[in-house]
Amino acid sequence: MTNNFGQNGPKKIIGKPFRKVDARAKCTGQTKFADDIFLPRMLFAKLLRSPVPHALIKHIDTSKALKHPGVVAVITGNDLPIPYGILPVSQDEHALCIDKVRFIGDPVAAVAALDEDAAFQALDVIEVDYEPLETIASIEEALATDEPRIHEYGDGGNVHKRVSLEFGDTEQGFAEADLIREDVLFYEGSTHLPMEQHAAVAHFDADEKLTLWSATQTPHYVHRALTKTLGLAASHIRVIATPNGGGFGGKSDPFNHEIAVAKLAMVTGRPVKITLTREEVFYCHRGRHPVLMWVKTGVKRDGAITAMHFRSMLDGGAYGSYGVASTFYTGALQTVTYNVPRYKFEGLRVFTNKPPCGPKRGHGTPQPRFALEAHMDKIAEELGLDPAEMRKRHLVPAYSVTANYLRVGSMGLGKCIDKVVQGSEWKNKFRKLAYGRGIGIACSSYICGAGLPIYWNNMPQSGVQLRLDRQGGVCVQCGSTDIGQGSDSILAYIVAEVLGIDPFDIRVVTADTDLTPVDLGSYSSRVTLMTGNAAIQAAERAREMLTIAVSEKLGAPIENIAFADRRAFDVENPDVGVTFAEAVVLAESKFGTIGTVGSYTPPRSPGKYKGSGVGPSPAYSYSAAVAEVEVDPETGMVVVDRIWIAHDIGQSINPALVMGQVEGSVYMGLGEALMEEMAYRGKRNVVHKFPSMLEYKSLTTLEMCDVKTYLVEDPDPNGPFGAKEVGQGPLLPVPPAIANAVYDAVGVRIDEVPIMPEKVLAGIRSKAQGKEGRFGLRALPVVAWPVPIRVPTPAEGGDGKELPRVAVHGRD
Amino acid sequence: MPNKPEKSIIRLTLNGEAAEVAFAPHKTLLEVLREDLGLTGTKHGCELGECGTCTVLVDGRPILSCLALGLDMEGREVVTIEGMAANGILHPLQETFADLGAAQCGYCSPGFLLTAKEMLEKNPSPTREEIKEALAGNLCRCTGYIKIYEAVELAAARMRGEEVEPATESIYGLA
Repeated sequence: MTNNFGQNGPKKIIGKPFRKVDARAKCTGQTKFADDIFLPRMLFAKLLRSPVPHALIKHIDTSKALKHPGVVAVITGNDLPIPYGILPVSQDEHALCIDKVRFIGDPVAAVAALDEDAAFQALDVIEVDYEPLETIASIEEALATDEPRIHEYGDGGNVHKRVSLEFGDTEQGFAEADLIREDVLFYEGSTHLPMEQHAAVAHFDADEKLTLWSATQTPHYVHRALTKTLGLAASHIRVIATPNGGGFGGKSDPFNHEIAVAKLAMVTGRPVKITLTREEVFYCHRGRHPVLMWVKTGVKRDGAITAMHFRSMLDGGAYGSYGVASTFYTGALQTVTYNVPRYKFEGLRVFTNKPPCGPKRGHGTPQPRFALEAHMDKIAEELGLDPAEMRKRHLVPAYSVTANYLRVGSMGLGKCIDKVVQGSEWKNKFRKLAYGRGIGIACSSYICGAGLPIYWNNMPQSGVQLRLDRQGGVCVQCGSTDIGQGSDSILAYIVAEVLGIDPFDIRVVTADTDLTPVDLGSYSSRVTLMTGNAAIQAAERAREMLTIAVSEKLGAPIENIAFADRRAFDVENPDVGVTFAEAVVLAESKFGTIGTVGSYTPPRSPGKYKGSGVGPSPAYSYSAAVAEVEVDPETGMVVVDRIWIAHDIGQSINPALVMGQVEGSVYMGLGEALMEEMAYRGKRNVVHKFPSMLEYKSLTTLEMCDVKTYLVEDPDPNGPFGAKEVGQGPLLPVPPAIANAVYDAVGVRIDEVPIMPEKVLAGIRSKAQGKEGRFGLRALPVVAWPVPIRVPTPAEGGDGKELPRVAVHGRD
Repeated sequence: MPNKPEKSIIRLTLNGEAAEVAFAPHKTLLEVLREDLGLTGTKHGCELGECGTCTVLVDGRPILSCLALGLDMEGREVVTIEGMAANGILHPLQETFADLGAAQCGYCSPGFLLTAKEMLEKNPSPTREEIKEALAGNLCRCTGYIKIYEAVELAAARMRGEEVEPATESIYGLA
């Protein structure tokens, strides 16, 4: 790393609770979200969505719609024949379905009209002939039904992806165990439910340049998708991500409505807006995959793991989305909390006729974390160990490489466990509270950005451009997208710290593919670490130029020049100096216009095997949570009174914003643990059970629990000023901590989220009848798993590469 | 095309000023505010009365503008988020929401701010439970509500004339 300059010593900005740079705009209604854009002559678009879950499209007749008063244009799938998708390996979507629909809500036509009402009415007179196909509604059905195939690609039948990896000799590991335990668990799907419904505005101007404003977390990938599907040169397309009214991963895919509205703008030559209804947002989905999981772990008497075998089956819904990555993620991060010397992972994702699943906060990792942490709780009980102590005894060492070749940096989980154990008075409560009251613990880890970009290349994942002008103005430009997490502010704080100016003096321009260098987007908790490092580099380069010019002016040695309080001065004689604006004038006089760039590329991963692309990260954050619950044995109702959570943030860039992310993560984890579910009606028609905010249960103020937060600061050398992520990680320990607390309260294992009252009650009744005190599935569907890719672990002398297939076959 | 104009005209007091607006009579207050008056600070989350995002004050009371007809606003006093700050001076709630990060994405914030404003006018010293009760009709997906409670409590104290700063625990966590 070359960017340690300015990262040592006392900080003026970093670690301080400054307001966000856009805080006043957000509190006064001035922030312009996508639907707040109104342009002259703007048309309004609506999508006609499929009312059937799986069918061939035999014919579409739009002639009546075209004659409907107010309608200006109607397009169908044939107008946008090129497929797209977020991952290069899953280019399986069309903006408007061409010959087949795959779920209720799949769009088949788009109308642009003078107003929204006219567009709505015109949808009713579009005639579509569907020829129904057998529907596939669940993981079990998908595995049992090879035909019809929802897609003509994948790993056979309706299996989208099958993965099998083995790190080290797990059979040997299980042979060395004193105890082997197996568990089956299920994590229901849930959706992001951002308060802002997706919206986009497109304008194709007279110079044949297209601009799309959209509520997207990933303008760069939308830019790519538009370039591919519209047949326009990338240089003729500009994507501007408007501030997102909540994302949580739900605005990370390029969407059909974005492409359709862009096409309608090209067809009509007028601006066109589309705003989805709340019901449509449920159809966009890309939310948490429902995952069936089986985990088998061998342990020594002290809880040391000798081997682990994890299986996951993901219900992917109708399209690929991020699903291949999601599948790998359900098996990747089991190894970064507790030492797992030998590890086997088998995973698969199926297609079903439901809205597509994708990345939701924690992307593919809350499900296995729930399974793993509930499983660890049961192991601790079988061994007669305190679950908090058992976990702490076997932590992955800091600065080590795991069996699956993830390079762990700073590792503050031990401190996190200590904080929540002390804060919650764990030792006085665990297995000691009255029946109906319980306490549970769980831990977790999350990535700070993915080591590899979605499109593999050697270019940076984040770029920052800095422009200093002779009035002392500083403009920072970056492709990153503020989805409420405060990424615009992070850029300003970091640049201000390095240049010794006030963050509110800085103009931040982000998420505009015409004006800003590429940043891949707001996903995988990558933004603070990656844009932060890029911003440091750009700011240090600018500072170097200013330093040279100021040192000449002051006649002081270069190493004496410091920047603080909007001044540049000689540290040995601080009264001698110039204002920041004068420093810029001196530098501009000497070097010409002052502009610098910075970029960030993650370090290379030590894993070289097929499948090693998912899991590596520049750094891992850690969290520990204790939940205290009250369970009513008469009704099965679970009330979570309080959650103590400690998060290893590395270094807070702004602690107030970190606190907000921790609390928001706890909230979302609590909702998933207790009530949120993306559920469907009917086995054959697969209608979404409740596409409304009233019926899709989420926590109001009355259900939200008290949260006691501890920030553990263990700076990571790869983070900007040592910072790690916080947007996603703290969600992960919450559902298992609650499940473990429910067991402590009433002695019943609920091996499934959400932990609904009827499940708790079923478990309590089963136990009262002398049966197992448990609610959950007993087994995974039986499938033939592929021969695993075998990778010797670092401890076995492995070099990160898989064994040749010949050797694998030889073994079998 | 019909012979007579399709739009209706009403007069109201909007953010303390006399206003007149013409709109299609079936429109909701939400639509009239955003589309006919250009006041896009009022947001929508469901347009079905489920989320509280579109809350505005009518005659001093919080109402869901997605469920109110524009025509019903004749002669009434409507306050939107645009009217919460006066002459560039933020309302104490706006200040504390900004200070504590109670507005993350900011989309639900106008509804929360106006609901909280009305609550503090009725009850200057609310308990945490009373704040939860008053805000129970507004959904937020970002904050877990905690920074919102803390911002309301801080603003309430300041509006009572107390000189208080945010609690260390709410900004830095527990030691």
